[in-house]
Amino acid sequence: MIRFENVGLRYGTGPEVLRDISFTLPPGSFHFLTGASGAGKSSLLKLMYLAHRPSRGLINVFGRDMARLKREDLPELRRQIGVVFQDFALLDHLSALDNVALPLRMAGAPESEVTEHSAELLRWVGLGNHLDARPSTLSGGQQQRVAIARAVINRPRLLLADEPTGNVDDGIGMRLLYLFEEMHKLGGTVVIATHNEALIRRFDHPRLHLENGRLHVLHQPASNWV
Amino acid sequence: MALPSLLRRKRFDLPLANDPTARFLLLITAVMVYLAALALAGALAVSDMARRWDSGLSGGLTVQVVPQSGPGAVPVAERLETTLAILRGTPGIARAEPLASEQLARLLEPWLGKEGASDPLLPVPTVVDVTASGPVDLPALKARLEAVPGVTLDDHATWLADLRAFAGSVRMAAFGIVLLVGGAAMMSVVFAVRAGLAIHRNVVELLHLMGAPDRYVARQFEAHVSGLCLRGGAAGLALAALTLVGLGQTAGALRASLLPDASLALWQWGLLALVPLAASTLAVLTARWTVLRTLESMP
Repeated sequence: MIRFENVGLRYGTGPEVLRDISFTLPPGSFHFLTGASGAGKSSLLKLMYLAHRPSRGLINVFGRDMARLKREDLPELRRQIGVVFQDFALLDHLSALDNVALPLRMAGAPESEVTEHSAELLRWVGLGNHLDARPSTLSGGQQQRVAIARAVINRPRLLLADEPTGNVDDGIGMRLLYLFEEMHKLGGTVVIATHNEALIRRFDHPRLHLENGRLHVLHQPASNWV
Repeated sequence: MALPSLLRRKRFDLPLANDPTARFLLLITAVMVYLAALALAGALAVSDMARRWDSGLSGGLTVQVVPQSGPGAVPVAERLETTLAILRGTPGIARAEPLASEQLARLLEPWLGKEGASDPLLPVPTVVDVTASGPVDLPALKARLEAVPGVTLDDHATWLADLRAFAGSVRMAAFGIVLLVGGAAMMSVVFAVRAGLAIHRNVVELLHLMGAPDRYVARQFEAHVSGLCLRGGAAGLALAALTLVGLGQTAGALRASLLPDASLALWQWGLLALVPLAASTLAVLTARWTVLRTLESMP
């Protein structure tokens, strides 16, 4: 599904923020991506959702080598990756429904399907009464759920979330993580970046831990840590 | 035929309608279309006028028999008779008729006024209107006519050449104006689209990361720019139509004396109505090109 080999990333002429990153995410896996603030979690996610090309190394996404990908091939690959951004990145001039509908419209789905599926998903995340609400009128937790609904509406093969519990209290954070669990059960590959150790200890998933730009793959479930 | 989905939905992923450049583009398009429509109308009217004069004068000749005074002067009537005889005996000439004094007075009326043109003391030459039905040996005819004292032949060649040159210049000037206006409109669209891309860079980047193809983003700008240009263009065209009708009415009052008929035919109005559509099409293509070029810099 996703394979990184000796990947390095630097911004401009600055120092490498990611060094010698190597790991493989098998299809249908669920990983937490952990590390202190500034450890490079967001940068690693950006590489995974193809926002950046690596400075060195090999990235293989869905069997496609990034180095050989043409620019015009990227949109189709990106549409197979759902991303929940740290700041939600919702479009405030659009309703919750239209925000969720964006990926379907980009994929050229018929308008009747777009509305029906988006409304259905918003009802599933508990926002059935807020279909026409603008994101700015919703609470942090509700915005987060809109962002998650938008990320999963296309049934992505890979779901990435950057600190999805960062702006919500632990109760809502738990509910959000259960939503990702549901996605995972539907067959998606999930990677969640978080530094909330208390929350992730409740789930039995392996984690990728970043420290000073280097990755340590911890294969055992978090519940087994000492 | 079904409308493209972006036109059916009154919803844009990019909030372009609130941009400060939207009003600018609307106004600039109205002005551009106004100028282009006037330039085009001018070119059409002059072309028409030139064509009418051309067809009216081609194949026509004018012979003047100028009054003479002093001892030995031959009376006009006698010289006119000789002239008509020469003309009517020349192969290729179908008709040669002297203009009545009332007709001559009407021709002079715009310059001399009604009373001045009808003044019996005015030494007005007698004009013979000649219509050719085939090729005429003009040098030979000219030589024979000018052997008669005070008789001159005008084949309108100089006048027609000047007229054609004038009409050509007007057409070229109008074409130049339309090109300049089109160029200015394109630059305005490039400016507006670049400003839109800069203002909404975050949203464009987000769409890009979510897998929106460049054409998807470009279509948002195309639909926005096309709507603005059609609205601005319609306003500009309406203003141009009002200006042309106003000018037409003003000219109508003078036409009897000085100005030729420069009114536009229905098909020419139809052509003017295409100007906003052409402006909108140009704007859409420019917007597409600008967006696609700008997005190329994104990974």
